[in-house]
Amino acid sequence: MTASLQKGINALKEVIDAPVASFFASCVHCGLCAEACLFYTETGDPKYTPIHKLEPLKRVYQQEYTLLGRLAKLAGLAKPVSDDELEAWSELVYDSCTLCGRCSMVCPVGNDLTYMIRKLREGMAVSGHAPEGIVNATKRTVELGGPMGLKWPAVQNVIKHVEADSGHKVPVDQAGAEYMVLLSSMEIVNYPEYIAALAKIFNKAGISWTLSSQAFEATNAGIQIGNSDLAREIVSRIVNAAEKLGVKKVLSPECGHAYMAIRWEGPNLVGRPFKFEVVHVLELLDELRAKGVLKMKDKLKTPVTLHDPCQIVRRGGVLNAPEALLKEVVVEFRPMTDRGKMNWCCGGGGGASAIHEPAAEELRYTAFKRKKAQIEETGVNTMVTFCANCRITLEEAVDHFEMNTQLLGLTELLAEHLED
Amino acid sequence: MNEMQLLTWARGTGLNIAIGLFILGMLWRLIEIYTLGRKQDLAPARSVAGASGWHTIVRRSLPPHGMLKRSPVSYIGGYIFHIGLFIVVFLFAPHIKLAESLVGLSWPGLPSQVIDAVAVVTLATMLLVLFDRINNPVKRYLSSFGDYAAWALTFLPLLTGFLAVKHLLLPYTTMLALHILSVELLLVALPFTKLIHVFTLFASRWYNGDISGKRGVPA
Repeated sequence: MTASLQKGINALKEVIDAPVASFFASCVHCGLCAEACLFYTETGDPKYTPIHKLEPLKRVYQQEYTLLGRLAKLAGLAKPVSDDELEAWSELVYDSCTLCGRCSMVCPVGNDLTYMIRKLREGMAVSGHAPEGIVNATKRTVELGGPMGLKWPAVQNVIKHVEADSGHKVPVDQAGAEYMVLLSSMEIVNYPEYIAALAKIFNKAGISWTLSSQAFEATNAGIQIGNSDLAREIVSRIVNAAEKLGVKKVLSPECGHAYMAIRWEGPNLVGRPFKFEVVHVLELLDELRAKGVLKMKDKLKTPVTLHDPCQIVRRGGVLNAPEALLKEVVVEFRPMTDRGKMNWCCGGGGGASAIHEPAAEELRYTAFKRKKAQIEETGVNTMVTFCANCRITLEEAVDHFEMNTQLLGLTELLAEHLED
Repeated sequence: MNEMQLLTWARGTGLNIAIGLFILGMLWRLIEIYTLGRKQDLAPARSVAGASGWHTIVRRSLPPHGMLKRSPVSYIGGYIFHIGLFIVVFLFAPHIKLAESLVGLSWPGLPSQVIDAVAVVTLATMLLVLFDRINNPVKRYLSSFGDYAAWALTFLPLLTGFLAVKHLLLPYTTMLALHILSVELLLVALPFTKLIHVFTLFASRWYNGDISGKRGVPA
């Protein structure tokens, strides 16, 4: 056994807990999880059945933690997990799983399959079987600060432009502010309007806020690749910066995995509760809406539909704010049939969009057919969403299929129609 | 050993051994699974009505939106054979008498004609779900020896019980002995097969609902 494989198996042994054991014990191989997974529904290939993706973790569990499994292992009857097997499984654990969590919502015996895939990735990552695209994104985040390799001077530059264009000041490193705002690289590069939108909204609501030059990047490739050590290092930057500035709250950007990383995994990664509260930008906006601070000067005339990002809604619990906010700013909202906590993934979450091998990209487009059908069913040409990664994935797919669908960011849309 | 002696052994020593092994096996498995424990979740929880482990234990008994249409055989077949097994096992008068003799508890049963009908429907449904397991690409892909064995372990007591009551195929004494032996086999194997879900599914649903519920999502 190679040293890296041994490391991987040790990592798996470490993450196996009572829920994992209970889930494996309960599985009756009914296959219903497949029906909830867009990689199965759109390809019809049974290898994409979520419980099958967990096979290596299941075998480690059986061989290490069950009496019969251990006896079988002693007798040489158990098939050990090998490097070749993990390499083959990389496609199942990364390319074809976006950690969207839909399977976890349907399993009749209650298995949280996503919880287990996240754990399996710990073993995959340390044994060197994570896809190159995610490995590189993680490396850039650790070494340079963000998955796109964006450094503070570049951000400063964007801020300067935003201030000039919008006429709103963007505070940096202000101790004692109420909110420290996090961004995702994708927003900084592709949608700087998001920063302008926030500046406008904060100013209007009279809430003090700041960016931190030490920690502006909210996304956490460590979580996507499944390496807790790296994830901890990345999250710690935010925690240290926020606690040093003494802010009351940290604002997570629209980005789905960023929210998962800082809000739900963060305290568990650093091993203690934070000294600040983590708020998703839509939670803040919905609070302002309820208070009557968020008033619109007009509404978008074109009918729209809404794509719910999995990590914010189903896995993150921001359930009601998105639709409530959207209804403030559009004349006609046509919801998709499966929405909210039962939405279908864009196909690019969980780090999948960082994998650029042709086969993975092809698979992503195939999986997108689910969303395509959903969009077509609503009959609208404008889709609002609130995750930069969803948005990029969706835009790429919309181009690929030459669809006439325009993508809008929710926060940005709100800012555009906000009363001056 | 003639059939009468076989029946006597199955009813006496055999049953005691099977129940003993079942209890030991279950205890072992439950300890093996649940003493693994889990880490405390340090993220401050959201509190949302209907989002908890307890809610999920109940809610997960119904198909989530859109799922019934995607897999009608799994749901409808699943309901019929589970409810059918429950009725036949717990509401058949001789079974209630056995329970009374073992633990002193008794409850009203159903008329034998009703039990007969339920048994026939359950047997047919179990054949249907077996066919579905072989025919459905996902189920076939996931299935190994254990899945078919679990099916047979469940099917045999039902079949032999029905045949015994109806005096079919073999003399009553022999068939009854086979019925009891097949139940004993089921009891001994249950903790070490997927049939353990009868017990663990409650904890699994609870964990799932709890993980999701802390984030404010009713799962």
